[in-house]
Amino acid sequence: MNDMTAMDSTVETQRTKIAANSVNVYYGDSHAIKDVNVEIEDKTVTAFIGPSGCGKSTFLRCLNRMNDTIDICRVTGDILLEGEDIYDKRVDPVQLRAQVGMVFQKPNPFPKSIYDNVAYGPRIHGLAKNKAELDEIVEKSLRRGAIWDEVKDRLHSPGTGLSGGQQQRLCIARAVATEPEVLLMDEPCSALDPIATAQVEELIDELRENYSVVIVTHSMQQAARVSQKTAFFHLGNLVEFGPTGQIFTNPEDPRTESYITGRIG
Amino acid sequence: MPTFWLVLALIALSVAGFFLGRNRALVSAGGNSKDLHSLPSYYGHNVALSALVPALALLAIWLLVQPMIIDQRVSSMIPEETISEGSTIGLVMSDVRRVAEGLDLAVAEGAMTQEQARNLRSEFSDVRGRLGEIGVALGADVRPEVLRAAQTYRTLSNTGNIAMTVMVALVALGGFGWSYGRTHKDFRARNVVEQGILALLILAASLAILTTIGIVLSMLFETRNFFSLHSWTDFFFGGTWAPNFRGDSDLSILPLLWGTLYISVIALLVAVPIGLFAAIYLSEYASKTTRSFAKPLLEILAGIPTIVYGLFALLTVGPALVRFFGQGENGILGVEWMSGATSVLTAGVVMGIMLIPFVSSLSDDIINAVPQAMRDGSLGLGATRSETVRQVVMPAALPGIVGAVLLAASRAIGETMIVVMGAGAIAKFSLNPLDSMTTITTRIVSQLTGDTDFASPETLVAFALGLTLFVLTLGLNVLALYIVRKYREQYD
Repeated sequence: MNDMTAMDSTVETQRTKIAANSVNVYYGDSHAIKDVNVEIEDKTVTAFIGPSGCGKSTFLRCLNRMNDTIDICRVTGDILLEGEDIYDKRVDPVQLRAQVGMVFQKPNPFPKSIYDNVAYGPRIHGLAKNKAELDEIVEKSLRRGAIWDEVKDRLHSPGTGLSGGQQQRLCIARAVATEPEVLLMDEPCSALDPIATAQVEELIDELRENYSVVIVTHSMQQAARVSQKTAFFHLGNLVEFGPTGQIFTNPEDPRTESYITGRIG
Repeated sequence: MPTFWLVLALIALSVAGFFLGRNRALVSAGGNSKDLHSLPSYYGHNVALSALVPALALLAIWLLVQPMIIDQRVSSMIPEETISEGSTIGLVMSDVRRVAEGLDLAVAEGAMTQEQARNLRSEFSDVRGRLGEIGVALGADVRPEVLRAAQTYRTLSNTGNIAMTVMVALVALGGFGWSYGRTHKDFRARNVVEQGILALLILAASLAILTTIGIVLSMLFETRNFFSLHSWTDFFFGGTWAPNFRGDSDLSILPLLWGTLYISVIALLVAVPIGLFAAIYLSEYASKTTRSFAKPLLEILAGIPTIVYGLFALLTVGPALVRFFGQGENGILGVEWMSGATSVLTAGVVMGIMLIPFVSSLSDDIINAVPQAMRDGSLGLGATRSETVRQVVMPAALPGIVGAVLLAASRAIGETMIVVMGAGAIAKFSLNPLDSMTTITTRIVSQLTGDTDFASPETLVAFALGLTLFVLTLGLNVLALYIVRKYREQYD
């Protein structure tokens, strides 16, 4: 409980980065997300918690339009990034995904060298004018991913040869390299051991200084440790959204309380 | 057909054995199938298999071995000096078999009695005329020793057939009796049947392998015969292919190998880009519905017999190419580069079309094996689909695709019908794709068709060519499988 009281004091109101208004998501005939309204703040870690199949990952994937790659998925409602509708016809989903980066559940480094993994995004988007600049971006991203010291001597060995925890931090560095404004993380620690998890959590806390981070997690302890705001999803509904400390100590909705105390889920 | 009835009787015995065995097991358990060690049908299967399998195996071996033994016994009866000039013991033996069959037929049709057939003497009777009356035409008058050999042949076959029937029946009944006697409620029929099935499966697998070994060995022997008649340096390093039957042929594989490889390269130039792009479209871009009808449609191409592709080459593609590159003033380009429809380009293009579904369906499988997480990772970084394909999916799938291309190449090298009909018959080294050329497979066909003498190097060269081809495609296949397998390990 010490963590939580410490967290309470750090909650300050930031400006809104992403605003979702009455978002509904359908997979074919099934209604996966029901009328969700949520505001995600800048320079804040927002955690989505809830039982399996509650729609938290689906909602996360709406925020950078990764659901576009699934044929049968349909999204209604508005999601505004910096006041602009990301589902507007004029918005290029490819451009959007560069602004809203994503880290996946399972570490998925490309079968390339560590350097090429990190340089992938900057190369595609033409962020570096020359080799020296690219080197600089790669080093900066790997430092932000808290993995520079471990890999600086073997930048050109394959990324798939790293350990699971290192791979996940490499993937975070890769996502950071394109200079996104928001970083989405879909259960980033579920495939990692406790030590690697602690390293990634520490990293998430550091990333808060520069980015708005949204993390989906199954672990309530993790949500309590790393986030300032928490959203609880249940059966496709957003049940409760508020400061993490309040959700965990004094939930308003009985369903939230049941989940947190382990009665449903 | 005694063998046919024998097999039918064996099957009947084993069916009866199934029911009897099952029944006996049930009776031994007092009708309560729960007291049995195994399910009742296992006892039935045990009896049925014991009656059928050893008997059938004996029958198969007997049918293979009996003619060999009889041939040997009978051929020793024919004195060396009666084999005329230019003939061989093999030819005389085929005469003997023919006379024996004629006598069988004569007896069957009632033209002779058994007694007459056995005691017929060519010294006193016109055997050729009498057999001719019942429709068995013989090339020459039957010599006394041939007739005697034929009569011995018949006697031996008859005795052999009777012995075979008796032995097979004994083995079947023995197997039946032994397994029926063992049937009891505590007998572990399930385990025994399991072992029997295992033995059958091993037998099938080893037959397939033995056949392959047999084919390779027969090619090896014939190839050795060829190299004893023709110098191997000319075969491997000579420059011309000019077989003639005067005995001074130039038989070099190099011009044929050149034609084979040239056509295969053109085929791959057609098949690899089209097949690969089709696979990328189907696996990365196409919606589920498009994929569900486009993929089977593409694979229909793979079901077209190669002779039909050959016709397509000869009647459609060849003339179309001639209209482009030939016919002088009347042609589309107004040039006179190509005179006949058969050319390297014709065969290569059509063979390429044949290989498209091969390349595309293999590549499609390999591209689909690249984990979705790779694509998500790339798309999540703001890459477009084609950037993802080019920079992430393709590099990950590349070893597998190389393997697929090598498999396609080995198909192309071994392909016969398309090149027989589309490539022409002239063996030469040329870089011009509009020339007609010939391949290893085409030459094998032409060296072995027609009236050939199986002792001349011009015919035996076909085996040397075939063996070289086999080694070539086997090498490519092994390399391809090695690459594909190595790649598969990465994601499993």
